[in-house]
Amino acid sequence: MADFKHKDIIALRDLTKEEIERLLTTAESMREINNRDIKKVPTLRGKTIINLFYEASTRTRTSFEIAGKRLSADTVNITPSSSSATKGETLADTALNLLAMKPDIIVMRHAVSGSHYFLSKKLPSCSIINAGDGTHEHPSQGLLDMLTMKDKFGRLDNLKVAIIGDITHSRVARSNIQGLTKMGSQVFLAGPPTMMPPGAELLGNVTVCCTMKEAIQDADVVMMLRIQQERQGKTLMPNAREYSRYFGLNPENIKLAKPDAMVMHPGPINRGVEMSSYVVDGDQSHVLKQVENGVAVRMAMLYHVCGGELE
Amino acid sequence: MNLIIKNGRVIDPSQGIDDTLDVVVENGLIKDIGRDLQTPAGVEVIDGGGKFVVPGLIDMHVHLRDPGLEYKEDIISGTRAAVSGGFTSVCCMPNTKPAIDNKAIVSYIINKARTEGFCNVFPIGAITYGLQGDRMSEMGELKESGCVAVSDDGHPVANSELMRRALEYARGMGILVITHAEDLTLVGEGVMNEGFTSTEIGLKGIPRVAEDIATARDVMLAEYTKSPIHIAHVSTEGSVQVIREAKARGVQVTCETAPHYFTLTDDAVRGYNTNAKMNPPLREKHDVAAVKAGLKDGTIDAIATDHAPHHLDDKDVEFNAAMNGIVGLETSLPLSLALVNEGVLTLSQLVEKMSFNPSKILNLQRGTLKVGSIADLTVIDPAVEWTVAADALASKSKNSPWLGQQMKGAAAATIVSGKLVFNGR
Repeated sequence: MADFKHKDIIALRDLTKEEIERLLTTAESMREINNRDIKKVPTLRGKTIINLFYEASTRTRTSFEIAGKRLSADTVNITPSSSSATKGETLADTALNLLAMKPDIIVMRHAVSGSHYFLSKKLPSCSIINAGDGTHEHPSQGLLDMLTMKDKFGRLDNLKVAIIGDITHSRVARSNIQGLTKMGSQVFLAGPPTMMPPGAELLGNVTVCCTMKEAIQDADVVMMLRIQQERQGKTLMPNAREYSRYFGLNPENIKLAKPDAMVMHPGPINRGVEMSSYVVDGDQSHVLKQVENGVAVRMAMLYHVCGGELE
Repeated sequence: MNLIIKNGRVIDPSQGIDDTLDVVVENGLIKDIGRDLQTPAGVEVIDGGGKFVVPGLIDMHVHLRDPGLEYKEDIISGTRAAVSGGFTSVCCMPNTKPAIDNKAIVSYIINKARTEGFCNVFPIGAITYGLQGDRMSEMGELKESGCVAVSDDGHPVANSELMRRALEYARGMGILVITHAEDLTLVGEGVMNEGFTSTEIGLKGIPRVAEDIATARDVMLAEYTKSPIHIAHVSTEGSVQVIREAKARGVQVTCETAPHYFTLTDDAVRGYNTNAKMNPPLREKHDVAAVKAGLKDGTIDAIATDHAPHHLDDKDVEFNAAMNGIVGLETSLPLSLALVNEGVLTLSQLVEKMSFNPSKILNLQRGTLKVGSIADLTVIDPAVEWTVAADALASKSKNSPWLGQQMKGAAAATIVSGKLVFNGR
């Protein structure tokens, strides 16, 4: 198996198919740890991980923290309200100050796309993991989504994956598109044209559909994106009611997908907007499985940027 | 100081000259121009062999940042950068602190440029007080005190009624309005051109139609009010087309583009390069082609740099936090000369767009080598190859997308009012 040589994991766009496979294989073996009575191995003992979250997050931050702790790393959480960011310190200065405390990994979420590349240039001696940057990528989410698909189908090639919602503003969509098309699957996108970025069809094996129906027809996976009222509210759609009517997943239109199609959502869900509760809580929903896989995937990411080698 | 430039290839579109000639400068004026002229006693001799000798280059769109933002640039460093790049005149935009919206600031700039600067500085006043887009500035007094145009550059005048009235009023005062054409509601929170690149790297896009619409509005207002207008930094195919059509039906519209709009595309932003962040943003291939076509067919009258110096602190940050703009004075000449090598422009057309036309548009009484005119000249070495290096830039700021890149062509000598102010790098 190819060595994983990256100092950072910032975008699935930067990884090869083999490197993605490597991360997923490691994640599968990490899952065993999560099912033990004593969920801890000494792999990263003595390593310090800083979770630097400039944007609110419950799931991702907790998941990274648990992942670090299960590998015996020391994890510290920093959020802007409790940091110098509110005092006007620049990202670069915050990072350099943190670096002076010799962390091994900084896991960052930041509202500006590409800010992790900026951070990485400033901190050549520290690994950077992207926990979401603006509207660019969310690689750990992409990986955990793929792991969840692999669990069900045993493969990641030749799947028809429909992603529905605000593609323009979705880092989850970008990471999934990059990852899935590299693995040999097809991605079908649907959403109102106000939420479809130009050239989306050029991102890989991607088809932009005019209707949701077209995208989910015979799909193996239907991935619904969160509609954020604060973001899309003003000019991208009339209101949540109409959005739900044309781009929401419900017990009726889900029948268009394959009978055993998986339903996924990166969370947090707006019940009754992008997804009906009947679907969220239904048999086809893999939403909680995604969260569970999140911990294993993040353990794998932390492990590999620290130079870990699979036995 | 009197001087003679011998055996240069003299290009002067104002007289239709393109020939190997000598130019004699005396008392700050062009004294004589001709073949094998006698060298007067005691004058400085500049060897023009293998060089181009042209009317001094004029950059009608620069930001000197003085007063108020001297940590980025000031009149001294900015004019030093100008003469290093071959410019003998620059027009400075009013987004200083305070803005150029009153006589005191205009006088300050003109006096400082005269006493401490290296080249001519022509201030451009604000269209509205404090660039606020609310009330018209005192354009009459601005003109009288030395402004050559008015513009709210960087802050498009959103209110169409106000723009209409500004065009009418400025016409009455005999001062040109230069518009920064952009519909801010379409710009929104965009930080780069909207296109495949913005989709892939996940940055919020600015659609080109934001510029097209505003260009169309301003051209139509100029047409309706029968007033002249100049469109700054044209970057889109749509803008070029709007202006081409307006010129064809007789609207008094002129425009400029900048070297980055005919040299780079939004691909330069990849890697979240903040030195490729400017406003309007770098566009796509077909826009670059349209800008070149506009230069070639005369739709675009002038090349101006939009020299926008920014301190490292304003650029060495996350992409969204970075300020817009790049330095351009010291790279404009080689990048523009490339248009001649590519066959887009003749040398004479290039000199028109970098000297004669800006002078004509702003009525600067320059851009010519006619005997008796002010001796602003640029001697260009078209063959010299050099590398853009931050340390070697005369500007205080180093925010260039071409750092580390090879350039061909440079100013060999810059002469302002008969005075040799720059003598090669």
